[in-house]
Amino acid sequence: MSLLRVERLGKEFGGVRAVADLDFAIPGGTVFSIIGPNGAGKTTLLNLLTGVYVPSTGRIVLEERDLTGRAPYEFAACGIARTFQNLQLFFNMSALDNVMVGRYLHEHCSLPAALLRLPSLARAERAARAECEELMRFVGLAPYVAASSDAMPYGALKRLEIARALATRPRLLLLDEPAAGLNPTETLEIDALISKLAKSGMTVVLVEHNMRLVMGVSDHILVLDYGRQLAEGTAETVRRDPKVIEAYLGTGAAGDTAAAPGAR
Amino acid sequence: MLAHLVPRRSRGLAALALTVLALPLVLLNNYYYEVAILVGLNAIVCVGLNLLIGYAGQISLGHAGFFGLGAYASAILTARYGWPPLTAMLAATAGVAALAWLIGRPILRLRGHYLAMATLGMGIIISIVIATEDRLTGGPDGMSVPPLTLFGFALAGERLWYWVVGGALLVAVWLALNLVDSPHGRALRALHGSEIGAEVAGIDSASHKLRVFVISAVYAAIAGSLAAHYAGFITPAKVTFFHSIELVTMVVFGGMASTFGAVVGAAVLTTLPQALTVFKEYEMVVFGAVMMLTMIFMPNGLVPTLAARFTSRRPAP
Amino acid sequence: MSAQFLQFLLAGLTIGAIYALVALGFSIIYNASQVINFAQGEFVMIGGMTTVSLTAIGWPLPFAMVAAVLVATLVGFALEKFAVEPARGASVVTLIIITIGASILLRGLATLVWDKNFHPLKAFSGEAPLQIGGATLVPQSLWVMGITLVVVLLLTWFFGRTLLGKALLATSHNRLAAQLVGINVRHVLLASFGLSAALGAVAGILIAPITFTSWDVGVMLGLKGFAAAILGGLGSGPGAVLGGVALGVIEAMGAGYLSSAYKDVIAFVIILAVLFFLPSGLLGKRSTDRV
Repeated sequence: MSLLRVERLGKEFGGVRAVADLDFAIPGGTVFSIIGPNGAGKTTLLNLLTGVYVPSTGRIVLEERDLTGRAPYEFAACGIARTFQNLQLFFNMSALDNVMVGRYLHEHCSLPAALLRLPSLARAERAARAECEELMRFVGLAPYVAASSDAMPYGALKRLEIARALATRPRLLLLDEPAAGLNPTETLEIDALISKLAKSGMTVVLVEHNMRLVMGVSDHILVLDYGRQLAEGTAETVRRDPKVIEAYLGTGAAGDTAAAPGAR
Repeated sequence: MLAHLVPRRSRGLAALALTVLALPLVLLNNYYYEVAILVGLNAIVCVGLNLLIGYAGQISLGHAGFFGLGAYASAILTARYGWPPLTAMLAATAGVAALAWLIGRPILRLRGHYLAMATLGMGIIISIVIATEDRLTGGPDGMSVPPLTLFGFALAGERLWYWVVGGALLVAVWLALNLVDSPHGRALRALHGSEIGAEVAGIDSASHKLRVFVISAVYAAIAGSLAAHYAGFITPAKVTFFHSIELVTMVVFGGMASTFGAVVGAAVLTTLPQALTVFKEYEMVVFGAVMMLTMIFMPNGLVPTLAARFTSRRPAP
Repeated sequence: MSAQFLQFLLAGLTIGAIYALVALGFSIIYNASQVINFAQGEFVMIGGMTTVSLTAIGWPLPFAMVAAVLVATLVGFALEKFAVEPARGASVVTLIIITIGASILLRGLATLVWDKNFHPLKAFSGEAPLQIGGATLVPQSLWVMGITLVVVLLLTWFFGRTLLGKALLATSHNRLAAQLVGINVRHVLLASFGLSAALGAVAGILIAPITFTSWDVGVMLGLKGFAAAILGGLGSGPGAVLGGVALGVIEAMGAGYLSSAYKDVIAFVIILAVLFFLPSGLLGKRSTDRV
């Protein structure tokens, strides 16, 4: 059963085709990775899947619901959350407040209630705070629950963005290069977090360059090159695909060089 | 100590209330009261404007327009059509809110300099229309405004108006503090921090920006109506580009994303020109220099800069 | 073409040329420093007022004009050095307030150095109106349009053929790359402020015989020049010229055919329309943000 379906998706920028003819489905409860060389259109695809870009052609369908052309906050309201390659955190707020922003969709606070600070609001705020503190602990940020976001190390900030995304209670979580800029230890921690999320039943879409991470954690892999779909399948299928090896992986990443047909 | 009786989040408001209550002790004559009332009125506008500029990270160089519309609508409805003042004020505020809602949608799609220019244009158009339609508004010479009546009793005199404006300011600050502390306030600060980050977290940034724009316009309109009734007179001088700039400067000087900063900014920059009338010809030079120097050396504004100086960095509660 | 239409057109082209010069000043500074210089109009004021003062104490007009342009250029350098440079990296709102503060400061100084009255400047070649196709034109208008054309051509040569001009262009496209090829960005910034100030001063001198000059003549001219720059596309030189001329003509037509009381409103309504429907202006680049 596919959670998200993409049909003949394309995006053009003034004559430049960033992505074209993308056609795939993401099954629920799996880890789906998108890989490819730089400039292949991975981030463009993520932007399309979260409403940041409006497609030039094609459709995006979440469980029979056509989301094409909707605004980013509507994508979020339908259950698609994401993190960014270049952090888009709110450095003017505390770490906890960053996560609490993610909970806005589920807060139903009317303007009069906010202006007059009705007692129901105070109660709701306390509950929200508790839930978000728990989320921070879940992603491994227990020491930073009371911290200001601009006083946290880079690795923690990447996890903070994940916590904010989780606060929206998504059904689909898109992570844009969560391991970028992290040292090996931090990468292992992110790896563990992604596995933990996958085990809890979350559908995770991962854009990554770190092949060890990708091959280890993915159920399906989509390979992009020059904005087009190059290959799709399980980790095993993809790492042996000659087109993929030529475009991206190289013989080293294919593991046993002897097992790669047509390898150079 | 007494401070512990007041919950932490209400301490600022309590301090402000105490200030309003105690200030008359140092207000020696009607002139001082007049300045205090002026401070209060400017502060009300600035608290609203700060929600837009400081918290939501937008900019408006045309808020004197909303102030003026509130003032003139109240004036025209009471003076020319005989409406009861409170009803007129309500109608004026509703009218300004509607206008802000209509014009806010397209304007807030702009950013940075373009937004500045659009709000500036809006403010100038309003001021020119007010100055030109003299049959309705009295033109450049202005028009007189009947006093505000409460249960048939006309409010007049500096001392009475001090309490009216002081009370209004406290309500204005209280509402603003509540808004900032609510999920709406978090949404505003989020879209200031990163608009795209806020959007993907589920925040409809366009609608939040519009809402805070309308709220800040309402603050300005109410202050305008009060100002018109207090002075008994209104002229287009209060609706100019220069007044819009004064308001923005008060907000930025006092401290962006700080409701009390907006009040402090209004207080300082309203009393400063009064103090500067001693140096009559140098008033503009000094005011301009103050604007420049403050922004160069205290870009975060007075209150946050002082707060950072006097308190150690503590993590958020 | 009716005489009335021609009349309005010529009036529009005259004031449009002034707007074009002011708009060029905005664009040059914006390109070099990403700053909108709200004090741009004061350069116009300084140009006109200085010329008036110097001719009043007996200087011949040409010397007075050159001196006025030099004074304005120096004020431009001072503005960059003392107001913009120290606030490097500040937010848009902060920079706007700084330049507005500078504009207020300069106007305050103007009231001290001069006064609050209107001052006429003698027209360059007399007051006798000319007749062109049924429309009346003062000779000064021809000076305005002619000299503006010359200035625009000079600027085209400057940016296209001189090293400093190309350095200015390079810096506006990519500051880091410009630094890496050895361009002294500090000098470029100073030069752009100085150049914009000179342009403003020229505009002020040209228009003074027609509309008189005073301590606050820069406010509206500055705002309209800014509007013209946005109309043509902020940062585009040709756009500034096109925007200025277009704004001048539309304003004159509007004042003539619709309502002269609402002349200024027309300009700002046009600007709002441009901002709502074509924010990058007539000749500006349309861009998308990379996320």
